Amino acid sequence: MTGPIISLVSVDKAFAGHPVLTDASLEIRAGEIVAILGASGSGKSVTLKTINGLIVPDAGEIHVLGHAIHELEEKELNPLRRRVSYLFQGGALFDSMTVFDNVAFPIREHMRFGKEDLSIKVQALLEMVQLQNLEHLHPSELSGGMRKRVAVARALALEPEIILYDEPTTGLDPVTGEAIANLILDLNRRLGMTSVVVTHDIPLVMRVAERILFLEEGRFCYSGTIENARSEGPETVKKFFEAGVSHA
Amino acid sequence: MRDQGEVSGIRQTVANLGGATRLAAQTLVRMATPPFDFAETLRQLDRIGVGSLNLTNITALFTGMVLAVQSAYTLSKFGARHYIGEIVTLSLVRELGPVLTALMVGGRVGSGIAAELGSMTVTEQVDALRSMAADPIRKLVVPRVWATLLMLPLLTVLADGMGIIGGLLIAVFQEGLSPSFYFTRVFRTLEFNDLFLGLTKPAVFAFIIGIIGCYNGLTARGGADGVGRATTNTVYAASISILIADFFFTKLFIGLFS
Repeated sequence: MTGPIISLVSVDKAFAGHPVLTDASLEIRAGEIVAILGASGSGKSVTLKTINGLIVPDAGEIHVLGHAIHELEEKELNPLRRRVSYLFQGGALFDSMTVFDNVAFPIREHMRFGKEDLSIKVQALLEMVQLQNLEHLHPSELSGGMRKRVAVARALALEPEIILYDEPTTGLDPVTGEAIANLILDLNRRLGMTSVVVTHDIPLVMRVAERILFLEEGRFCYSGTIENARSEGPETVKKFFEAGVSHA
Repeated sequence: MRDQGEVSGIRQTVANLGGATRLAAQTLVRMATPPFDFAETLRQLDRIGVGSLNLTNITALFTGMVLAVQSAYTLSKFGARHYIGEIVTLSLVRELGPVLTALMVGGRVGSGIAAELGSMTVTEQVDALRSMAADPIRKLVVPRVWATLLMLPLLTVLADGMGIIGGLLIAVFQEGLSPSFYFTRVFRTLEFNDLFLGLTKPAVFAFIIGIIGCYNGLTARGGADGVGRATTNTVYAASISILIADFFFTKLFIGLFS
């Protein structure tokens, strides 16, 4: 069995004196699909951002793909960031660019593609998220679900080894949510992509996650399968699932 | 004893000064080293330069007219109305042209930059750039600072010209001077030092406007409210900084060349 490709060791992070992560530790192995659950404001998105180096922890260690990223400068993080994609909650598409330019952005930044090859590559990525003939539109002309799918296409552009999904199905209709869930599973099965999914969407978790990590008061209080969580997990985790299932 | 709010306000001001200075240094290094984003710089040149043309020209035209009216009123007491051209030209080229154009551009462009980058920051677009291993300073700050740096001196030259034309209108239609007489006095007055001062000041002001706008935008927090604050702070900080820099720059220049 291989060692973890992502690990947090006793990570602390506070904003304006308010602690968000306190002694948070986790391990994720290559090829896993892991869901991070917890109440709103429990530090799920902050955890995801520390994994990508977007937020620097106050204390503790973060190791990703063999790099101690808590020790790296912004510039030194860049080679690693090409291997770890991030899907932002709101998509974070560039308003001033068309759909084509948004998806092509990371490719233009880091790869040498001719105009025609670039176009083929972008079309393929958009097809993967079931969006065609929309390349010329700007993000403001798309629905929320479309924006999120374009963001997924952009996140896949550099063929990363790890994808960090921040609320991938929030605000989506059930059909689009199902398509995103299928995509996460497909990327994992076909390419062995490791996925870390921060979400409140319990049906999505039950559909894709092999393991869940539960954050409570800045600490990971549970790590295990969904079945174990529902039968033997802490009371807060059980309640979270019950509420999530009944709400769905 | 200072109260808590005052101390935290001073601390915040010092932190902002430090942050903006660091951003200025990082920007200067990237402005001088490739890769350059020419397409984005061109887009910003259009937005910053062409978009500000009407504002700066109308301001300068009427400032030149007011200067001429005031000068004519004062000079006529001493029978020296024919000095209108000299006074309008020197006031505009050495001082009012650069400062007023910078204040106008600082208000329009600086706040625009802060609002755009602030909106990108709060919607995680800046984080998205970082997450794709792109450098936000190179992608966002450098093109805007280069564009402001290139356009403000040009806008100032045009504004000086419009101001002198404003003065001409008053000199000819109110004071009855001939256009050729007015322009002879204008060109006889101008020296290399005046033009040098009138063109170096806008470059300094442009850098200040660009950095303050970008810094406030990139440090915006808290949604629409944060973007609003970044915009207001930019107009305030850019205006004050331009006036302070103008004083020290003028003192330095006069010390060096007089």
